[in-house]
Amino acid sequence: MPDANLPLSPPAVMLRDLHVSFTMPGKQINAVNGVDLLLRQGEVVALIGESGSGKSVTLRAIMRLLDERGTCMSGTLSVNGKDVLGMSSRALAAMRGKDVAMVFQEPLLALDPAYTIGNQIAETIRRHERITARDAAARALALFEKVCIPSPQRRLAAYPHELSGGMRQRAMIALALACHPKVLLADEPTTALDATVQIQILLLLRELQRDLGLSVIFVTHDIAAAVEVADRIAVMYAGRIVEEGSTRALISAPRHPYTIALLNSRRHAAEQRGTRLETIGGAPPDLAALPPGCAFAARCSRATDDCRAAQPLAFDVEPDHRVRCIHTGMTAATARI
Amino acid sequence: MTSVSAVSQPHGDAGLLPRLDAMAVRSPSHRARVMRRLARDPIAMMASAIILALIVAAICAPWLMPADPFATSMLKRLRPVGTPGYLLGSDELGRDMLSRLMLGGRLSLFMGIAPVVMAFVIGSAIGILAGYAGGRINMLIMRCIDVFYAFPSVLLAIALSGALGAGITNALISLTAVFVPQIARVAESVTTQARRSDYVEAARASGASATIIVWQHVLRNVTGPIFVYATSLISVSMILASGLSFLGLGVKPPEPEWGLMLNSLRAAIYGQPIVAALPGVLIFLTSISFNLLADSLRMAMEVKQ
Repeated sequence: MPDANLPLSPPAVMLRDLHVSFTMPGKQINAVNGVDLLLRQGEVVALIGESGSGKSVTLRAIMRLLDERGTCMSGTLSVNGKDVLGMSSRALAAMRGKDVAMVFQEPLLALDPAYTIGNQIAETIRRHERITARDAAARALALFEKVCIPSPQRRLAAYPHELSGGMRQRAMIALALACHPKVLLADEPTTALDATVQIQILLLLRELQRDLGLSVIFVTHDIAAAVEVADRIAVMYAGRIVEEGSTRALISAPRHPYTIALLNSRRHAAEQRGTRLETIGGAPPDLAALPPGCAFAARCSRATDDCRAAQPLAFDVEPDHRVRCIHTGMTAATARI
Repeated sequence: MTSVSAVSQPHGDAGLLPRLDAMAVRSPSHRARVMRRLARDPIAMMASAIILALIVAAICAPWLMPADPFATSMLKRLRPVGTPGYLLGSDELGRDMLSRLMLGGRLSLFMGIAPVVMAFVIGSAIGILAGYAGGRINMLIMRCIDVFYAFPSVLLAIALSGALGAGITNALISLTAVFVPQIARVAESVTTQARRSDYVEAARASGASATIIVWQHVLRNVTGPIFVYATSLISVSMILASGLSFLGLGVKPPEPEWGLMLNSLRAAIYGQPIVAALPGVLIFLTSISFNLLADSLRMAMEVKQ
């Protein structure tokens, strides 16, 4: 239900205190623990973090793709002003692919091996729109041209395994854009690709986003990729967003110790031979038994008893730059770049 | 056999190209590709040729057979192979072996194929249901299946046939019951795999309902492996059916059937070993042909990168 107070165009995606937990035999995995995220129309937000930080789960939660069995979701979750958590399965199916589409990490696995790519795109279009097979095929061809696939007719008739990795990811993007979605969710779309192809796909995504006015959530653990495409970056750790801000602010003046460590762990790599790569000591916390306080405290050099006592709240260190750390005063002084 | 390198057209001049008619230029379908690979496999071709010859001989037996397979002759018992008028000899009642083998192929091949086809349909349905439903339903179905699976198949077939009584229909039922759990298990495992696959998640992400996912994505990807497994069961089924007839639980004499013929010629093994072995040779030939065909099929269906 759209709220009366909302502006004319509701945010593309709004998450308020989103919790996602999985019930396993004998334990409960708290994958997402109170995520607040606002994706405005036409904006690109990158979610970055280590494996297991909850970024992919958050992304899948937006489309409610997680297996209903054993998954518990709470909080507020809306897409284009529509409440997703309360949707019927029919409404969900109507929304998926039409309003929100997803680009997957490994296109070879995400495309059905039994159908040609053209067939899959046409099928997706006809699932949402009353349109003839011929028109759907024409749309598929136009999409292939849009994502810059050479000799598109021939490629439409190809099976997924017949294309190269880069081509497949382009085809996957074409499939995602088939029904003109407003919101695109990209789950590490470049991770499975060669370095040279990665940048092409990033540029393509950025270009399509500008042309079509898409709102994009881009999940990655590649900070360079995030900087390349994102307007804003949100850093996730143990199922929470620990720092969020404009790309420029977050990269040039990170405030959360985890973000600083994350940036340091790659910045030195480029510097010179012989210097040791800085790593973050320790391992991410067990999501089945999260500490009561800051989840990063165990690995943080600035951690104090206050950190371990209670979960730090997120607050704005400057406009549009929020951090979940009680030591931001200290980090502001030390995190000079 | 990767496609010839792309004649890449510079992007952007797509307007100059003929558009929709090009869609007609389809790359060969998966099925056509599998068939082409099979055609190039000499073993597969030989196996299919043997199976085809046996099936044709069995179907056309009434018209092709040289003598009456039921006409007995006490004077011409157990003639060796090559006797004039008895190309493959005669059996213990003086009946023409060639005619009996041809006519017997009907029942033997039927008993090899029919239970597997029935089990393929029933077992796939059960397995796909269990695999796609997952959770408790899967648990319930698969544990029931496991109970059947716990018995050796020969024992189970004999026990069921024995309980139901001798006869072709009962043998058919018991053989089907033997194969259903085996096929269901394969179907369940490939379906579970498909259900967890990225392409099913991607299909959900593009708004496909559960029905569409099962019919379009799961079924299409799952029937291939199940089919291959089922093909390999045909030989087992033939041997089990022959075994049931051998024990007197399947076909009733004087109806010719390879297993039954093998049984009744047992006594002649020292006098006419070649004649006595003929039904066994055919059982062996058929089952090994089906096995080799299943193997080739499995290899031909593998998607090569």
